[in-house]
Amino acid sequence: MSVFFFLSSGLFLGWSLGANDAANVFGTAVGARMIRFRTAALICGVFVVIGATVGGAGAVGTLGALGAVDAPSSAFLVALAAALTVFWMSRLSLPVSTSQAIVGAIVGWNVFAGEPTDASVLTKIVLTWFACPLLAAVFAVVLYLALRTLFGWLGLHLFHVDLLTRIGLVVVGAFGAYSLGANNIANVMGVFVASVDLPVRQVLGVAVSGAQQLFFLGALAIAIGVATYSRRVMETVGSGLLALNPQAALVAVLANALVLFVFASQGLESWLVGHGLPALPLVPVSSTQAVVGAVIGIGLLRGGYGIRYRLLGEIALGWVLTPVVAGILSWGALFVLGNLFA
Amino acid sequence: MMLFGKTRQLEARVDEFFDAVSQGALIFASGVEHFVAGREQAFGADLEAVHEAEERADALRREVENQLYSHSLIPDQRGDVLGLLESSDDVIDEAYSALAHLDVERPRIDASECEDFVELARSGAASVEALVLAARAFFRDVAAVKDHLHKVYFYEKQADRISLRLRRRIFGSDLELAGKLHLAGFVERLARVSDRAESVADRIAIYAIKRSV
Repeated sequence: MSVFFFLSSGLFLGWSLGANDAANVFGTAVGARMIRFRTAALICGVFVVIGATVGGAGAVGTLGALGAVDAPSSAFLVALAAALTVFWMSRLSLPVSTSQAIVGAIVGWNVFAGEPTDASVLTKIVLTWFACPLLAAVFAVVLYLALRTLFGWLGLHLFHVDLLTRIGLVVVGAFGAYSLGANNIANVMGVFVASVDLPVRQVLGVAVSGAQQLFFLGALAIAIGVATYSRRVMETVGSGLLALNPQAALVAVLANALVLFVFASQGLESWLVGHGLPALPLVPVSSTQAVVGAVIGIGLLRGGYGIRYRLLGEIALGWVLTPVVAGILSWGALFVLGNLFA
Repeated sequence: MMLFGKTRQLEARVDEFFDAVSQGALIFASGVEHFVAGREQAFGADLEAVHEAEERADALRREVENQLYSHSLIPDQRGDVLGLLESSDDVIDEAYSALAHLDVERPRIDASECEDFVELARSGAASVEALVLAARAFFRDVAAVKDHLHKVYFYEKQADRISLRLRRRIFGSDLELAGKLHLAGFVERLARVSDRAESVADRIAIYAIKRSV
């Protein structure tokens, strides 16, 4: 039972991730009334769970390399620090990344425990924070041009474009939810993998490892976050940074999903390595920043009109604040409780 | 597959709507020609046919609007499409109204003005024809919209020139003032068809820009 108590902070983090980040996958579609919220929440929940359980291991490894939190109580505090940072910054309406919060919190743990932070791993992670929105912008530009050319070439009727876009938003949204689960489950459950040891269980004849059980629980928390609290975020996200038409929304969601996927997929990593190509690091990245990068990419392609640059400033502020606040909170909580129990 | 079937059905309804508008405009020109030539029966048949086309367009427009709203289709462009259908519907209403007034008021047209009256109606019909092509392009190939819009403006200008010429001639004639005003009113009514077409063309130009961004 105590295991569940320690996991509760991670589950809370998962819930807030579901409440906030599902909007990056389905927000534009729901906001534009292309998909009903119920449909979006159902697809998102199911595919987040599949993505986390099946493909969540890759990004978890990188977080483990950054700092191995070795006791469930410490993992509880690290995840709690990240969760409170996300919660507090969301309350202030600042764009916040769960990935950055957990990285800051782990570094806070390293400082408290006197463990050195691996500079190369940290550099790799921070570089992906820059690469993530840039890559999303590039994906979005290429996909937008390709989609526009394709629709133009096919000469489809406006109503057919609408129907195909709707179907595309569901399919791409499912892929986005899978990628969100695979990439961001590391934020929710990554710190517990080293310290919480669950026995292997047989489910329908398949052996499910302890880590996978943790991922499943974390993903359920994300799905509950989606179902219970993401509606308002979804309905407002569409008009946040730039007004998008449904086709641009489709492109933004697909670019977001691809970025989360390439930073989470072990299969893609081994394929790239197998073909002598440089592999991308498997790191939890921010879906918010990916979708912002994608939207900016589309906005710039359209001539840069209508982009609300002030929001960009707030996002940049969030980038700096999130890991710092989470790091200080994590260190502070560990310090206070450490001394209390000492 | 069912979704694709429904979408195709809706596309067909929009196509039928523009068929009705186009047909109404062609019959309108023919109706004016028959009236001017004194072919009563043919004029009556044309009046009836334009009325039918106008009613069919009304019914189709309502059906499309209903489906667009009840199935939340094209949420970002629904307003534009409805605006396009409603303003195009006004064009055919205008054509029917012109013929109905001819039927009721029976203006006496001088033989020297007959040809210009017919030309005015034909220019109106030609502008509507070009408009229908632009509207169809809006749904299928936005880039081609411009190719048709300039023709709408061309025929509208042509109609304006004919209407000015006619009014000058009417007011320079020996008719009584009441007769002059009566005839000039009809010139204005006939010219209004191409004016309406021009207004719809302006709308389509903006909608097309919005779609291509």
